[in-house]
Amino acid sequence: MKGFSLKSLPARFAVLALASAASVPVFAAGQITGAGSTWVYPLVAKWADAYRTKTATQVNYQPIGSGGGIAQVEAGTVAFGASDKPLTSDVLRQHHLVQFPTAIAGEDIVYNLPGIQAGQLIVSGPVVADIFMGKITRWNDPALKKLNPGLALPDMPISVVHRSDGSGTTFTFANYLSKVSPQWKSQVGADTSVAWPTGLGGKGNEGVASYVQRIRGAIGYVEYAYILENHMQYARMINSAGKLVTPSLAAFQSAAANVDFTKAQDFYVILTDQPGANSWPISGCTWQILRTDAQKSVNEQVTQFFLWGFEQGQSMAESIAFGPLPASTVQAIKVYWKQNLGI
Amino acid sequence: MSSAEAFARHLAGQRLRERIFRASTLAAAILLLLLLGGVVVSLLHGAWPAFDRFRLAFITQDVWNPVTNRYGALSAIYGTVVTSVLAMILALPVSFGIAVFLTELAPPWLKRPVGVAIELLAAIPSIIFGIWGLFVLAPVLQESVEPWIDGHLGKLPLVGALFQGAPYGIGFLTAGIVLAIMIIPFISAVIRDVFDTVPDVLKESGYGLGATTWEVIWKVVVPYSRSGMIGGIMLGLGRALGETMAVTFVIGNAHQISASLLAPGTTISAAIANEFTEATTPLYTSSLIALGVLLFVITFAVIAAARLMLLRLGRRGLASV
Repeated sequence: MKGFSLKSLPARFAVLALASAASVPVFAAGQITGAGSTWVYPLVAKWADAYRTKTATQVNYQPIGSGGGIAQVEAGTVAFGASDKPLTSDVLRQHHLVQFPTAIAGEDIVYNLPGIQAGQLIVSGPVVADIFMGKITRWNDPALKKLNPGLALPDMPISVVHRSDGSGTTFTFANYLSKVSPQWKSQVGADTSVAWPTGLGGKGNEGVASYVQRIRGAIGYVEYAYILENHMQYARMINSAGKLVTPSLAAFQSAAANVDFTKAQDFYVILTDQPGANSWPISGCTWQILRTDAQKSVNEQVTQFFLWGFEQGQSMAESIAFGPLPASTVQAIKVYWKQNLGI
Repeated sequence: MSSAEAFARHLAGQRLRERIFRASTLAAAILLLLLLGGVVVSLLHGAWPAFDRFRLAFITQDVWNPVTNRYGALSAIYGTVVTSVLAMILALPVSFGIAVFLTELAPPWLKRPVGVAIELLAAIPSIIFGIWGLFVLAPVLQESVEPWIDGHLGKLPLVGALFQGAPYGIGFLTAGIVLAIMIIPFISAVIRDVFDTVPDVLKESGYGLGATTWEVIWKVVVPYSRSGMIGGIMLGLGRALGETMAVTFVIGNAHQISASLLAPGTTISAAIANEFTEATTPLYTSSLIALGVLLFVITFAVIAAARLMLLRLGRRGLASV
């Protein structure tokens, strides 16, 4: 107990010192708060940690989900919200918001098949759509056999695992399936949560990952970072150019390279199913959302933080499988800030 | 000051204290009613858009589609009822056995350790049960138990449909088993306490007349403590209906109704826990709150049914506790 109280003494003095500076506004100098996407959380956390040691500005980010992030920035309780699904220009204007992209990432199909290693299974968009619609129900289905002539696919039922919570990962996945399967588009559609025709739901990327690792014959979709962390069996995919691609940072960035962020209004761009021989088909992005009517000093702190991340935090992003934005996009974001926020 | 005056003052002081005491207990009771009323009003207010939009279809349909913004609670209601009933079927005989053993059969040196163990089981947070269910119970069910159930029980006539399907290891059955383990301590502790209130004289008279332990338990102990037992059972059922975390881990979180107990499904509280943070449209949020209203109604109905049962028992003169 004695050790505990000794340790906490400096902390108490720090609290007292803070409390005595009673005139600090809600967004105190050196403090910015954000909330939203769980996908981008590892990146923001890493940037925030390095940024604090550099500038003494503390960035607090709550990974409560994209929907929550949008709601909180609309309500004005946080300085920025993060969403994996971009808002349309109409919605942005209606709620006095602006948005800009943060970093490029990707997700992939994971599976649990005895005797089949990571990267061995090959799938195509239409086949994945059929599996997640319950039309392909066994691993030795002719459609899967045709894509994987060299693999001994077992005669085993496919257990579909999807997200049970609303998620940008689901939005990106369902958006991709809508592009490659007309039936998916008309019957299921794309949103942060959808009415799944089959399968069971896990909460969060970690929920899906643990279900897939636990259930033999399971298939699911998770963010690439989780595949790396959990050493999961991942699939290679046939992209829109008809080429076989392996998930990698380079493949996600290749998908982004084929999109001109600078030309899209409010950066509204979806990175799924992009052309290009090396493009990863299920690539995605996270957007930061700010209020146009927030205090200018608050918005300035937020934009400074992200600008620092874009320019100084590139290798940090790459180390956790997030692709940095191209320089031209960063330039376009600066122009966008100037136009919309006067910063 | 005369002694009569002092006595009168003493009495007045007593009356005042009495009045303050009475008022404060009344205030506490009213506060509870206000809180309950507040919960009901805010629930209904939040749920109104969903009820207004879907009317009766909210309860009778099992579509749950955030893309088209159409919501029906039937699959969640079904999952809630099925997992709870399954849990009761599994937990009741075990709890009854524990209570009988502890009060009638256990040697005195064993009573305390077993009793303490049951109380410890009741103190484990539900998330621990959920994690245990997912990491320990589900693989066992998936690899050994469910294939056997599918292969043997699945072939039975009539009830076979209950036991057919791919072994996910996650679904109604797993949720029912985890819930059963969670409510056993509650039910058995209450039943044990009620059994303890049976006067020894009654039991001894039974034994004196030559009755066996079996006969004493069924003809003396159980009839004497029937109303208390029902109370304990309802307590367990109430807990099973509302349990969230443990069920969310092992139910599978799929909005679907399946005849098979091996299939994944969802419950009211699991759906709320999963989807509330990311409910992006007002109607979606409202539908989730409406699910909360339904859970409230179901729980209330269970309590009301228990009260009715006790009333009828009382009239027949069987309830003496």
